[in-house]
Amino acid sequence: MKELAIISGKGGTGKTSLAACFAFLAESLVLADCDVDAADLHILTQPRIIHQEPFVGGKKALIAPDKCSQCGICLENCRYGAIKEVFEVDPVACEGCALCHYLCPESAITMEETLNGTWYISETRMGPMVHANLIPGEENSGKLVALVRNQAKVIAEERNIDMVIVDGAPGVGCPVISSITGVDHVVIVTEPTMSGLHDMKRAAELVRGFGTPISLVINKWDIHPGMAMEIEEYGKSSDIPLAGKIPYDRLVTDSMVRRRAVVEEDPGPASEAIVEVWKVINQHICK
Amino acid sequence: MKIAVTSTGKTLESAIDPRFGRAPYILIIESEDGELLEAIDNAANSGAFRGAGIQAAKAVADRKVGVLLTGHCGPNAFSALEAAGVKVGTEQKGTALDAIERFKKNEIVFAAKPNAEAHW
Amino acid sequence: MIVAVASGKGGTGKTTVATSLALALGSRSQILDCDVEEPNCHILLKPEITDSYPVNLPVPSVDKEKCSLCGKCGEVCQFSAIVLIGQTVLTFPELCHGCGACSILCPERAIQEVPRRLGVIEMGFVKDVEFVQGRIRIGEAMSPPLIREVKTRINRDKVAILDAPPGASCPVITTVKNSDFVIMVTEPTPFGLNDLEIAVEAIEDLGIPMGVVINRCDIGDSDSKDYCARKGLPLLMEIPNHRKIAEGYARGVPLVESMPEYVDKFRNMSDYILNNKH
Repeated sequence: MKELAIISGKGGTGKTSLAACFAFLAESLVLADCDVDAADLHILTQPRIIHQEPFVGGKKALIAPDKCSQCGICLENCRYGAIKEVFEVDPVACEGCALCHYLCPESAITMEETLNGTWYISETRMGPMVHANLIPGEENSGKLVALVRNQAKVIAEERNIDMVIVDGAPGVGCPVISSITGVDHVVIVTEPTMSGLHDMKRAAELVRGFGTPISLVINKWDIHPGMAMEIEEYGKSSDIPLAGKIPYDRLVTDSMVRRRAVVEEDPGPASEAIVEVWKVINQHICK
Repeated sequence: MKIAVTSTGKTLESAIDPRFGRAPYILIIESEDGELLEAIDNAANSGAFRGAGIQAAKAVADRKVGVLLTGHCGPNAFSALEAAGVKVGTEQKGTALDAIERFKKNEIVFAAKPNAEAHW
Repeated sequence: MIVAVASGKGGTGKTTVATSLALALGSRSQILDCDVEEPNCHILLKPEITDSYPVNLPVPSVDKEKCSLCGKCGEVCQFSAIVLIGQTVLTFPELCHGCGACSILCPERAIQEVPRRLGVIEMGFVKDVEFVQGRIRIGEAMSPPLIREVKTRINRDKVAILDAPPGASCPVITTVKNSDFVIMVTEPTPFGLNDLEIAVEAIEDLGIPMGVVINRCDIGDSDSKDYCARKGLPLLMEIPNHRKIAEGYARGVPLVESMPEYVDKFRNMSDYILNNKH
């Protein structure tokens, strides 16, 4: 079984639209939406949920007012500024370290489990999909990403499906690291802007740290052909093979409005390019 | 010597769970006579947010186990086991009984490094 | 005044809005890039960096001489970053959140805290605009402490503009917390709207007033505008999908420079915010 992750460094480069296209083009696969902070893949795949479970386990401190003597030890020692002057815990700031719980001379502070989100197994017209919602503002998104990926692998094994496509998170932090550890291939989607180049370099540096093979895709390349060329050159000089370039095409947004992947609709410049890109990437993975 | 095997169930006939930190049970077995000494309920740990492998390694080391037989072992758990002097046999399949048999026949190749990635 | 610029979805033009607002206000403003995973303001602003310093997280280091192998550190650590195993106390610095529990609670006072590098803070100027950014070390997962450090540089005498990371998770909340106003930047597509709703829900809980900027307002559909009307979110500005803007951005030119007529629009937006802040 092969696992392919699609990431971008910079947000808004077309990562999720491309993931939906690949899902449609792949013969059989399990989809894993690991962009759990802002999951969008479901908009294009229209999943029918067959199973869902709460995602709990993060802990936060809670002060029992009747036991609290307002001695101030918790307030003094908390490094996250999570204890308010009125001796209440600010759940947004609390990291769940439990230092206050251990220090409290009145045993007035307990650690309570919190609900962090929900994860789902669904059926879509492209194949089974595992996805999740993180409750906005909650932490542990990296953990939820790991859970979504693991579930996708379990389903792939159960149903004898030999590919998992992971729609990764933006950035280079915890959720992305969780999206790409141990995958077989990473596709970095970028756009021909200075930010696109900058963020792609950082993402590539992260992936290289894991020694995973990378393919580069330049989306909307004709917005600035000169910058696209610069990105291509950077790829060449750093041994990151270019899987292809996709032109700007309004049909991508139009089909998104219709809740479809662009390759499902009448062919246009973007969808034709995406079909070619997929052939290249598919060959890389099957090698 | 005591041997630990990650398992999907509480008995020697249960299938091996390839995961270490997140296996439902860890069986502690006396290698001399094959007696099942304890089935550690790893449920609290398997649902843990962070460091499940490290906590499982501690549970195993605290019971003075000499050898762990499992499927995958990540880098943090591996270095914890190494520090406790627990040898790790990875890529194990079948049941705990099968794994013990292989151990008795000296068929286990002990890992020199972790064979899984760290999870967040 | 502190104004955070956020967007559920990445790539909607958050940095474009933050940098143009700062340039339009000139010496009255300060810009702080809190998107420490992918800081991009510097690309558009090309600041002159005059000062920088590393940001560290305190992680445990055990003095074996003093350690009695009691195991208290491992019991209290919620992150499995320190554990007594066999006759050794092992630490896993990359799992450590720097809370200090192991060190503070060690009965033998055998645990010292040593720095682990999270990233760097860089400070400087773009003409007369104060500039601050945080940049996380590649491979480092813990961004909130670095974001908190960026925020210690807020100049209360200025309009401090915070460029937030995309999404709606803890780094975003860490950034926008204690702001007086949040500008949400979105694009009128199904993805844009979905992510806008998630981010608005998160920020609503903090009780900070919000307004929306719709970028590339002539693509997609009208659902985002309908959502803002329904939610009573003021529409602060609409920016069309103009080739000149896109090309400028691609080359690293801020919106107010490629389209100078936007200077007044951003000043008006700032006036509106000043009158409607927290």
